[in-house]
Amino acid sequence: MTEATAPLVVSELVQRFPGWVSAETRPGYRGELVDPVHITEIARAVKDDLGYDLLSSITAADYPAEGVQDVVYHFSKTTGGAPLEVKCRVARDNPLIPSIISIYPGVEFQEREAWDLLGIRFEGHPDLRRILTWEGFHGHPLRKDWHEPYYDEEFKPFKDRWPNASYKSAEDRAPLKDNLQFPPGFNPEGWIQQDDDAIYAALKREAGGEGQGIKTDQIIVNLGPQHPSTHGVFRMAALLEGEQIVNLKPVMGYLHRNHEKIGERNSWIMNIPYTDRLDYITSMSNNFGYVTAVEKLTGVQVPERAEYLRVMMAELTRIASHMINVGFLLNDLGAFYTPALYALKERELILDIFERVAGSRMMCNYFRFGGVAADLPPGELERIRGLVFERLPGTIDDLDRYLTQSEIIRTRCEGVGVLPPERALAQSVTGPLLRASGVPFDIRRADPYSIYDRLEFDVVVGRHGDVYDRYLIRMEEMRQSVRILQQVVDKIPAGPILAGKPAWTTKVPAGEAYARVESPKGELGFYIVSDGKPNPYRYHVRAPCFINLTSLAGMCRRHKIADVVVILGSVDITLGEVDR
Amino acid sequence: MTFLPGSGMLKGLWETFKHLVDTYRVDLRWRGKRYGNAEGIQDRLKYDTRGIFTVQYPEEKIPSPENFRFVPFLVYDELENGEHKIRCTACGMCARVCPPQCIWITRAVDPATNKPLTRPSEFVIEADVCMNCGLCAEFCPFDAIQMDHNYEIATRDRWTDLRYDLQALSKPASYHAAIHPLRNHMEELERGAKNEEASER
Repeated sequence: MTEATAPLVVSELVQRFPGWVSAETRPGYRGELVDPVHITEIARAVKDDLGYDLLSSITAADYPAEGVQDVVYHFSKTTGGAPLEVKCRVARDNPLIPSIISIYPGVEFQEREAWDLLGIRFEGHPDLRRILTWEGFHGHPLRKDWHEPYYDEEFKPFKDRWPNASYKSAEDRAPLKDNLQFPPGFNPEGWIQQDDDAIYAALKREAGGEGQGIKTDQIIVNLGPQHPSTHGVFRMAALLEGEQIVNLKPVMGYLHRNHEKIGERNSWIMNIPYTDRLDYITSMSNNFGYVTAVEKLTGVQVPERAEYLRVMMAELTRIASHMINVGFLLNDLGAFYTPALYALKERELILDIFERVAGSRMMCNYFRFGGVAADLPPGELERIRGLVFERLPGTIDDLDRYLTQSEIIRTRCEGVGVLPPERALAQSVTGPLLRASGVPFDIRRADPYSIYDRLEFDVVVGRHGDVYDRYLIRMEEMRQSVRILQQVVDKIPAGPILAGKPAWTTKVPAGEAYARVESPKGELGFYIVSDGKPNPYRYHVRAPCFINLTSLAGMCRRHKIADVVVILGSVDITLGEVDR
Repeated sequence: MTFLPGSGMLKGLWETFKHLVDTYRVDLRWRGKRYGNAEGIQDRLKYDTRGIFTVQYPEEKIPSPENFRFVPFLVYDELENGEHKIRCTACGMCARVCPPQCIWITRAVDPATNKPLTRPSEFVIEADVCMNCGLCAEFCPFDAIQMDHNYEIATRDRWTDLRYDLQALSKPASYHAAIHPLRNHMEELERGAKNEEASER
C-alpha cells in the first residue's frame, strides 16, 4: 500500500517539472533526481501542493568514483504514508546547493551536519558552521577518502587480527603520528580557539539588536557543557536581558564519535551493537530501526513470534524511557530525586527483563536480521505478564496521583515552552514533542511497520504544546504502551524466532532504503545504501533527539533562564544520539 | 471542580507517605530478615515487590541471569589424563565478527612441517575495547568462546591488566556449565547429534 503511493506522487513531480526532475534509474534506488539549482522550487511544491508538511531527513552520500555527492531529502506527510525521497546530485569538488531553510526551517541542524561531515555547502543557510566536530577540524569525515586517527583498514574485519595477529594496542600503533591532519599553513602552537566568537556572533546577529523597554545590557551565559541540568555533555549559549532569554544556541558534539563512519567500516551485523549506543536509554528501539532498514533491502520475512518479541521489547523500552523523562521532571524543576527514584524503580524492573532475555541491561544487542537473538527464557513471559497486567498500570497511576496535580509542577510547567503546531511541523519536530503540540503523527500509525497495524492503541495528542502537555502525553503514552504489551503478551504465538539460520554475514543487495520507527524520542530513521558488499556503503541515522533540538531556541525565547532547564528536559534528549 | 490550593501537593505527599509505610510494613512481615540474604534479594527483584527496593552492593549482589554477558573467555575441556584441551581451533570466526575488533588470534604452526594447526598459539582480547555484545560467543562453531559473568574487572593499570591473553582467558568447561546450565545443555545435545551423524557416516 505504502509502496504504491510513493511512485504516483513522484510521477506528479515529473509531470509538473519535466526538465528539472527525472526518474532515478540506478537499480535498487528509489525516488527522483532533481536538478540542484531548482531544489527550492521543488521543495516548495512538495510542501504546498503535494502536502508533505514535515521534512524527515536530509543527508548526503559520497560517490568519489563518479565525482558526485547525492544530497538526499525525505519528506513526510503527517497524515500518513511512505516518505517521498528526492535526490540532488552535486559535483564533489564544488558541492553547492541552495538551502531549503526558508521552506523547512527544520533543516537548520541537518544542513549544518551535512556540511560538517560531508562538505555540502548550503547557499542561504544563515549559520552554516560545523556542528558535531569543532571549528578547527580539517576535512569532512564522511567523505570516503577521509581517514580517522587509528585508521586500520577500509573495512572490518581487519586482516591483522587473524590468523597471524601480533597484538599492539591502538595507542601504540598511531600515537598522533600517521593520521594527524592539519590544514595548510596551520600552526598548532599559535592557534587560538575561534569557536566561541562565532557562536556569540551568531547569537547576537539572530537576536537582532537590543529590545525595547528599559535599557538593559545583554549578557551571554553558558549553560553547560558540564552541568547536570543538560542531561549529558551539552551546552547552551544563552543571550540574556536580565533574566530573560533573548536568544539561545545549542552547542553539541562533545560526545561525537562519528557513528556513521564507524558504521560504514563495520559489516552489517556489527552495526547492531553500535546502534545500542546511539540513544542508550532506548537501545531496543534503535536495534529495531536498523534491522528494519536492512530487512527492507534483503526482503527477509520475519517470523511471527519474532515480530511479537520485537514489539514487546520496543514498548517496554518506551515505558522505561518515558519513566526516566517523567521522573526527572521534578529534578529539572529543582526538587530532587523522590519521583525520579520511583520512576527508576519501574525502569529497573524492565531492565531486569532485558538482562534476562538479551543479556544486558542497556546495551541489549537483541535484534538480528530476520528475527531476534534469543527466545524468552523459561518463566519470563509470566514475569512480563505480571509486570504489564498487575504492576505497571498501578504504578503509572501512582505517579499520576503523585505529580499531575501538584501545584509546583502546574505553575512551573503550564504555559512554559510553548511550541505551536505550525512551528513544530516546520522545525521537523517529531515524537511526543510534536504530539503535545496537537499533531497526531505517530510512525506506528502513519507508516506502520512490524505488527503495529494489528494492535489496538491510541495516538495521544495534546492541545497546548507546553511542558505540562508533554508530561501528560508521556504519562498517557506509557498507558498506551501497557495496553499494547497486554495484547502482545496475550497473543504471542509459538514458533521460530529467526528466519533461516543464524548468520554472521548478511548478503544485502545493492540499493538504498530508508526505514523509520517511532522511538520514544520521535522518528528514528535509518538511511542505508548498499553496494552489495559485506559493509554498508552509506549509513545515516536520522536522530530524533538531534533534530528536536532545533525547536529549543524558539521555545526558550522570552522565558526566564530557570525555565530553560525544564524546557530542555521536556525535549527529552540523550546525548549519545544527539552527538552520534 | 473547586481547586483547593495545595491539595495537589498534599495528594502527592500522600503517595510518598504510602511508600514510607510500605517499607515498614514489608520489613515487619519479613521480621528484619529481608537484607543480606538470597531470598531477600530475590524478593526485591519480583515484579510485585514493595518496600525497600535497593540492593546494597557490594555487600549484597544480584545473581547474574544465565544470558548475562560480559567480556568473553575461552573454554577448555579437562581430559581424563588430566590434560587441558582448549576447544578453540583458531578458525577466526570470533575475530571476524567482533564489532570493535578487539580479538587477536595467532594460529599455532607445526614447527616441523610449517603447517597451521587447529589451535591458537596466542589469543588476546582487549577487555577495555570489548563492548560485551556477545557476537563472538553467538557465532562460535565450536562453543569455545563464551561470555563471562564476572563483571568485577576493575584494575589499576589498563595497559597490562586489561589485555587478556590465552592464559587469562582460559576457563574450564565446568565453569561454563555452572554459569550457563541451559546453554551448555543445548550445546551438548547439538554436539551429540553431530557426533552421531559423523559416526554414522
